Amino acid sequence: MATENKEYSPYLEPKGFYNWFWTVDHKRIGLMYLYSILFFFLIAGLCALGVRAELFYPGEQIVDHHGYNVLFTLHGALMVFLFIVPGIPATLGNFLLPLMIGAKDVAFPRLNILSYWVYVLGALVVLGSLIGPPGSSWLDTGWTFYTPYSIESSTGVIPVTLGAFILGFASILTGMNFIVTIHRMRAPGMTWHRMPLFVWSLYSASLIQVLATPVVAITLLLLIMERLLGIGIFSAAMGGDPILFENMFWFYSHPVVYIMILPAMGVVAEILPVFARKPIFGYRAIAYSSLAIALVSFFVWGHHLFVSGMSNWSRWIFSLLTFAVAIPTAIKVFNWIGTLYKGSVSFESPMLYACGFIFLFTIAGLTGLPLATLATDVHLHDTYFVVAHFHYTMQGGTVVALVGGLHFWWPKIYGRMFNETVAQVGFWTLFIGFNATFIPQFIMGYQGMPRRYADYLGEFHDMHFLSSVGAMINGLAYFIIFGNLIWAVYKGKRASANPYGSLSLEWQTPSPPPLTNFDEVPTVTDWTYGYGDEQKA
Amino acid sequence: MFNHKNAPDGTFFNFHKEPPLVAYEFFKLGMWIFLATEVLFFGGLFAAYFILKYKWPEVFAAGSAYLDVKLGATNTVVLLASSLTMALAVDAAQRKNKGKLTLMLGATFLGACGFLVIKGMEWYPKLTSGKLPGSDVFFSVYYMTTGLHLIHVLIGMYYIALMFFRSRTGRYTDEGASHAGVEVGGLYWHLVDVIWIFLFPLLYLLGGH
Repeated sequence: MATENKEYSPYLEPKGFYNWFWTVDHKRIGLMYLYSILFFFLIAGLCALGVRAELFYPGEQIVDHHGYNVLFTLHGALMVFLFIVPGIPATLGNFLLPLMIGAKDVAFPRLNILSYWVYVLGALVVLGSLIGPPGSSWLDTGWTFYTPYSIESSTGVIPVTLGAFILGFASILTGMNFIVTIHRMRAPGMTWHRMPLFVWSLYSASLIQVLATPVVAITLLLLIMERLLGIGIFSAAMGGDPILFENMFWFYSHPVVYIMILPAMGVVAEILPVFARKPIFGYRAIAYSSLAIALVSFFVWGHHLFVSGMSNWSRWIFSLLTFAVAIPTAIKVFNWIGTLYKGSVSFESPMLYACGFIFLFTIAGLTGLPLATLATDVHLHDTYFVVAHFHYTMQGGTVVALVGGLHFWWPKIYGRMFNETVAQVGFWTLFIGFNATFIPQFIMGYQGMPRRYADYLGEFHDMHFLSSVGAMINGLAYFIIFGNLIWAVYKGKRASANPYGSLSLEWQTPSPPPLTNFDEVPTVTDWTYGYGDEQKA
Repeated sequence: MFNHKNAPDGTFFNFHKEPPLVAYEFFKLGMWIFLATEVLFFGGLFAAYFILKYKWPEVFAAGSAYLDVKLGATNTVVLLASSLTMALAVDAAQRKNKGKLTLMLGATFLGACGFLVIKGMEWYPKLTSGKLPGSDVFFSVYYMTTGLHLIHVLIGMYYIALMFFRSRTGRYTDEGASHAGVEVGGLYWHLVDVIWIFLFPLLYLLGGH
């Protein structure tokens, strides 16, 4: 099917701002999303380095206490709302979904570009909170905007929450588009059980996007009204309920964790069989466990409130349900490892990231269990243990999978190869830096170091120092990684249509793909993972 | 406006050029998903309502008693009637009856206007006599729910007016034309109605009378 050296017009032509900003092509929109989120990844990452730099030594060195609060708030808010929620679905998902199911585009191309514009608008509104003196107007509530402080704080709560509210629409539009696309636009023969697992994971994540996002929208809207009109729904003084805010906020913000991680799991499920030269193990188990995670994710939010004021019955039930998430998650991990078993494994850079993901994500999942356990959570709640736990899921899971996916599909996106040696150096720098940052945080969290403190007791100095050194290495890794990828765009060797020998549909078209994706609508006769019997195909 | 120049025919899926049935399926599924988000959006407000009502039954009883049930009931009837004319409009579009479609869309728009007028008659005396958002938790919930519902009514009115003018050009009823636009407009309008059907008993009837 792949025809190299044939005359065609790749989607990257024609160039120019107008041709990109007004495009309706899903591939271009995916790339615009990619560079936008990476911009905020850079800013939010620098904020994190600022936090770690301050924590090298106890006491006040670089920023004052308010500045420290601003740094970790900006880090969290930008990372969550502007980087990691659109993270994989809006970038790789947008680019790959139609290619993977053999479609020309998503179902609603104009809603797709609208989603991007709404994202830009929301981002600008969030950045609007930075207009004004940092000391008194930069947000310092933490990214969770907990009441009552978010009602009382004099800083820019409204622009940031309004921005997050607007960004929610971008997320809903993407999710809605993906669901309709998957239902209605699969190529002939592309049945549900032949779809790549990345598509299954996008489908599950999209369900969460459309069902959870409206709840945070109303929550943030009520918070804005609270500040503008003093409606009192979240204010104890007026008969409202601050805990209600936490409940409503986490009703979205816990499922949103799975918007972040499910597509990452999908990326890994695409990479593993290609580099193990073996069919994916337990296809249906992996596919349906995505849906199971999406379903259960709506009923676990209460574990964020174990120490906030909640009845014992609720605690038990939420604890039980939280443990239940571990089941479909473990199903995935076992099946990935089953895929590697007796495979002919080669460790090129995308595979390194996929295996790194399994390792780091397993730590993330297992350290979630002591947090789901009521007795241990009382001790660990709001300590660095929690910080380390969710960074293992967010960075060790989602970001590692995103970067791995970018390495895997970069030849498809740009038709050029990156430098493999540099890519491997980048991976190991990231892997070492990341673990050096967060393993000490598990330890000091267990020892009782609370999160979000600008200062600490001398006994925590060794762990904080180690964590800060790790963070600097971690930060350096991204410059190596993205430097290499950007170098590849301009100077990389030309890639063939299918450099890794994948059987998935997106590789059966030239690299970079033509505007039409496929010369003719492909007909699918088998599932995506028939590795080991390519000769037959 | 959009950059179709470098996207020759068929390079992206354009439902305006596809057969009507395809557009219909896409539009309808998309709208149902959107309605699901709306239900969750108002669901958050309903959760706030129930929790605060459980905490302060007497505040909610007094607030509910203050509301004008007659005006609320009239508005319910008006909105239901506009839902009926919308259903008839969808039916007319399916039967490719241009005249009846335009008529029914016009009637629906008038119903929505009636709803707005009655809502104004309800809100105005309250706002001038000091029953404001923030007066107590009941009135905060009252203004948030009915206010957000009102915004949905206004968005619906904009789209109904758009459909009204488009229907006169035969856009929905010509040979080979898709009436999917009317269909999703109808779905949306019924949702606005359904939300009100929940709001009316919760705010006006429970507790106070």
